[in-house]
Amino acid sequence: MQSVLPSLFFYALATMILVSAVVTITRRNAVHSVIWLISTLLGIAGLFLHQHAEFLAAVQVIVYIGGITVLFLFVIMLVNLDEAAKKKQFAGQWKIVVICAGALLAELGFFIFKGAEGFYFAEPAGGSLQPNTQLIALALYRDYLLPFELASLLLLVAMIGAVVLAKKDLK
Amino acid sequence: MDLPFLLYTLLKIVVVVFALLTAVAYTVWFERKVVAHMQSRWGPTRVGPYGLLQPLADVIKLITKEDITPSGVFRLVYLAAPCLAVITALLVFAVIPFGPRTEMGGIDIFQITDLDIGLLFILSVSSMGVYGIALAGWSSNSKYSLLGGLRSSAQMISYELAMGLSIVGVVLLTGSLSLRQVVDNQSGSWWGIIPHWNVIPQFIGFFCYFVSAIAETNRLPFDLPEAETELVAGYHTEYSSMRFAMFFLAEYTNMTAVSCVATVLYFGGWSGPVFGPEALQTVLPLLWFFLKVLAFLFVYVWIRGTLPRFRYDQLMAFGWKFLLPLALANMVLTSFVQAVRYGG
Repeated sequence: MQSVLPSLFFYALATMILVSAVVTITRRNAVHSVIWLISTLLGIAGLFLHQHAEFLAAVQVIVYIGGITVLFLFVIMLVNLDEAAKKKQFAGQWKIVVICAGALLAELGFFIFKGAEGFYFAEPAGGSLQPNTQLIALALYRDYLLPFELASLLLLVAMIGAVVLAKKDLK
Repeated sequence: MDLPFLLYTLLKIVVVVFALLTAVAYTVWFERKVVAHMQSRWGPTRVGPYGLLQPLADVIKLITKEDITPSGVFRLVYLAAPCLAVITALLVFAVIPFGPRTEMGGIDIFQITDLDIGLLFILSVSSMGVYGIALAGWSSNSKYSLLGGLRSSAQMISYELAMGLSIVGVVLLTGSLSLRQVVDNQSGSWWGIIPHWNVIPQFIGFFCYFVSAIAETNRLPFDLPEAETELVAGYHTEYSSMRFAMFFLAEYTNMTAVSCVATVLYFGGWSGPVFGPEALQTVLPLLWFFLKVLAFLFVYVWIRGTLPRFRYDQLMAFGWKFLLPLALANMVLTSFVQAVRYGG
């Protein structure tokens, strides 16, 4: 019983993520897509929780579900959906899609092939629960401070770019 | 994960939800009574002594009313939205500690569960609360509802930032995200008279938290998502009967949740003078907790009875240009003081 439960959780969550992800990109109505996207993100948060990474799970929910997706919904609700539904659903970028997906699959296949014994199905870390917030903080602010700061700079640049694009007349 | 543990936890959940729903029903009565007295009226008086049975009558009325689903709604989302609102409101109470650790059969009876990330849990659950309202507004197929839903999602995202940042001050003082540790950290007093509550070093943070929490719960003076004079009833215009009641329930549950969190974070939770025989000593912390929460609920009602509603642009400007910088400044100041106190 004890050993079956974790893999059961994993497969249930994985199914949830995959199904919702596929439904997300095939819905015609954008609001429905967002709702399915929320389900995908919740599943990922569940996977984090399954790995005893509570901090990541909570951040996943706060940032992605509580922040970014709400903004998606906000924008989509303002857009004229009837008009959008009449447009072609897939924009005919099949070649690029196939190339990207092929490259990703090749990479994944290569790694699974190379490190077959290194991969195993996700099992939660054993032992007692350690608060991992502190460990993440140490990793981010001490061991990987420079990459962390660079990433935040990148986000800042993207944000300024969006503001510049949105502004009609620059003084 | 043995059976008695599961049973105890289920029992705790049932007790907390039952007590909470009763408390929420009486919060409505309390609000009507207090606002009435502020406006030189009597409020509910007919049903039971002092109108005390009014909540019961309201519930019976709401359940037995006809449930109307307008045409053109997106049914599944329309039906799910009120449930979502209630669930996210109730989930917060999973981590609130109502009293000091008191074990019965090896299980803590005054808190459903003590998470290491309790505070983050509260933030993430309350950040999902916006979906109930936004999806209700969208799926109702009505202009008023849609506008209400849009307003609320914009407002809740804006004020969530300030709320999250104001809480960081408390986390810095405590060094933990567990709510029990936050309360334990506030025990004792300065010079024997001033309680060691976070509200004293964190008065700016408390101000930011409470203001943004009022905005998060869509209460006056920030109740623009349901401004009657402009939007009929905002996101729940098209809802009737029990589904309307669920939004109502979610709003008051959120008010209670905010009061509980404010009590835990800034006013020492259950801490207070404890004396007398052992049985009394067990119950007194619960009483202090309850009284503090009640005081916050009174402030909510007081503000509602006093302040007029903001204009929409004022609301956004206040959130982004005043509250957010203030919360940020408080965070920087607190971390500076902590670094000087504990740093090398």
